[in-house]
Amino acid sequence: MRKPLLVALVAALPLFAACTENTDRSEAADGGESRTITVTSTDDGCDLSATEAPSGTLTFEVANKGSAVTEFYLLGEDGQRIVGEVENIGPQLSRELVVSAPAGSYVTACKPGMKGEGIRDDFTVTASDQEPTAGTDDAAVDQALESYEDYVQEQTEQLVDKTGQFVALYKAGEDDRARALYPDARTHWERIETVAESFGDLDPKMDAREADLEPGQKWTGWHRIEKDLWPPADGYQALSAKLTFTVDQVANGSRGLLEEVANGKVTGEEEIWSHTDLWDFQANVDGARVAFEGLEPIVEQKDPELADTLESRFAELQKLLDAQRAGDGFVTYDQLAQDEVQALANAVNALAEPLSRLTAAVLS
Amino acid sequence: MAAGAFAAGRATAADGEAPPAARDAFAFRGPHQSGIVTPAQDRLHFAAFDVTTGSRAQLVALLKAWTEAADRMMRGLPAGEIGPVEGSSLLPPDDTGEAIGLPASGLTITFGFGPTLFRDEQGRDRFGLAERQPSALHTLPHFPGDMLDPARSHGDLCVQACADDPQVAVHAIRNLARIGFGTVAVRWSQLGFGRTSTTSTSQSTPRNLFGFKDGTANVKAEEPDALDEHIWVAPEDVSGGAAWLAGGSYLVTRRINMRIETWDRQPLGDQEAFVGRTKGSGAPLSGGEEFTEPDFSMPGSDGPVIAQDAHVRVVHPDFHGGARMLRRGYNFVDGTDSLGGLNAGLFFIAFVRDPDTHFTPIQTAMAKSDAMMEYLKVTGSAVFAVPPGIGDGEYVGQALFEQQ
Repeated sequence: MRKPLLVALVAALPLFAACTENTDRSEAADGGESRTITVTSTDDGCDLSATEAPSGTLTFEVANKGSAVTEFYLLGEDGQRIVGEVENIGPQLSRELVVSAPAGSYVTACKPGMKGEGIRDDFTVTASDQEPTAGTDDAAVDQALESYEDYVQEQTEQLVDKTGQFVALYKAGEDDRARALYPDARTHWERIETVAESFGDLDPKMDAREADLEPGQKWTGWHRIEKDLWPPADGYQALSAKLTFTVDQVANGSRGLLEEVANGKVTGEEEIWSHTDLWDFQANVDGARVAFEGLEPIVEQKDPELADTLESRFAELQKLLDAQRAGDGFVTYDQLAQDEVQALANAVNALAEPLSRLTAAVLS
Repeated sequence: MAAGAFAAGRATAADGEAPPAARDAFAFRGPHQSGIVTPAQDRLHFAAFDVTTGSRAQLVALLKAWTEAADRMMRGLPAGEIGPVEGSSLLPPDDTGEAIGLPASGLTITFGFGPTLFRDEQGRDRFGLAERQPSALHTLPHFPGDMLDPARSHGDLCVQACADDPQVAVHAIRNLARIGFGTVAVRWSQLGFGRTSTTSTSQSTPRNLFGFKDGTANVKAEEPDALDEHIWVAPEDVSGGAAWLAGGSYLVTRRINMRIETWDRQPLGDQEAFVGRTKGSGAPLSGGEEFTEPDFSMPGSDGPVIAQDAHVRVVHPDFHGGARMLRRGYNFVDGTDSLGGLNAGLFFIAFVRDPDTHFTPIQTAMAKSDAMMEYLKVTGSAVFAVPPGIGDGEYVGQALFEQQ
């Protein structure tokens, strides 16, 4: 799935902040108006309605009255650490920044034209009965990222290895063995599909379906072989570089993998010749679950209810998948009864909906 | 109450054709067909037909009968001369009756001819019209991501019925289909609700099922120069056999299913980045309000503030030699699919002067690089030549069949 905001959002791991326009204001309302601060950003000014607020969930309503795109930052006392930021506010447009801020000294900055240090001012958060719990320690984040990077690395190696074997079998005319390996080798692709898609044209080269092609485009990759007509392109080498991630990339990746399931696998659109959709399905779910589990300690701290819901919804979906296991793999999609497909689709929706709140939760 | 007057109009149609109040009736005859620059009504019933006869005379007879019936129904009169309840009790009525008591409701009926009317799949001339087939009237190319259902695509003829009352639109298609039995058969039809475009500056911009304002940059009725440049086929476009189409247009339909459930799980910021506009006001992300021109070069935090793959950029006339369309699409919800997801989306309708220059390049760019494509699945597609309007005593398409 596409994540165009990723880079913009996470340049500095704003772990205490999320920028949003559709925030639940109940918390702010409970604490009175003083937790909502209006910010007017102009070409040469940055006016805040208050320079002080009680600790808790603060909402900065940033209106751009200038002529260029502006940004707004809440920085730590050192003027360096980003507590929260909202970017890409076009002229005459408004956006909100919602942050969970403990008592302390801060610096605010508007950055019209996105240049330089910005127009800065001091900001004070006073202690209140809504003092936020301590933020996630960096170690938990590092741990989550490291384990996810290891996972991607391992899946990549297996992908390259098994793809090589698969291609060799296919070229040798050992069709039965190639057929047997096909869903297994693809599993490693599907587990990290959202990562693989970030590599330029690797995805269209390797995973294009016939209907995805434009006139004149050469069809290569898995599904071409699936249709048993053409040898594969070489393309996986690009993946072997060591990858690094940010927490919201990991969380968005988890969400994206479930979207892949909802759009292609649960409908049987992905593997229209081999019908091995459930292997892909399982692999997408694997990847989504690994990403979630890495972040789980953080989610448990930020939103324990969401963590519980996700854990039980993953388990419910897995139970339905396990019921379709046959031998080392699964029954093929064409063997599923309509009510079984329906049950899987329901479980995917039940999981995908709360999963779409994961990124905001880990960034909150 | 006004409806009473219309009911009387229908009831007394046989004796004097009492005209209903003009305020919600549009003229069927004129230089251009109705239903193109007419301010977009709220409801749609669109039908594509296949011709089942090999007889040119029968086809012409049908077009005459359709002309008659369409003219009457647009006036708020019954489809047939006798009426739904005025005739013999031994005969089925010549109007099906569900519009009794309903006003004209802004009904427009627009006819078009598909490429397969001229030549069949083997290229054979079906009705002696092959040499009159306009060169731009051909089946659209396959676009990446198209998952076309043949049962929702193409057709020899089309009828677009738009009205502010869905029952009136359905009544029109139902009665025209009935008149056509034996000559044509319905190939597919599509109901639409909630116009997704404005065709007049007097209308506010509506929202599509993604929740965004749609059609902000549409060509509008109040732009005569733009209509001539982008919508109406000019005489020099269609010299020789295809001259009959001058003053007409081309109609492209695309049944665009939205992956609703997946879209709904996208964060607001991502949705706005895909579209390139704010969801609330519809202002471009480069600022201002809805009708402010997008500034595609305005820098943002990471590349331009309107992303390279934002919908508003990918399809904007600035990147397509200035080509504009007159869009007249409708939201549709055909219940739910077998997995409980909404079978819903946008039934895209566009009128253009030439699909090869005003539709295909834009659709190609969209299929290739529009962030929104991830959430779309095109399941139906068709293209038709829309003949110009007709004068008194003429029948729709007369120029095509009787051109010297």
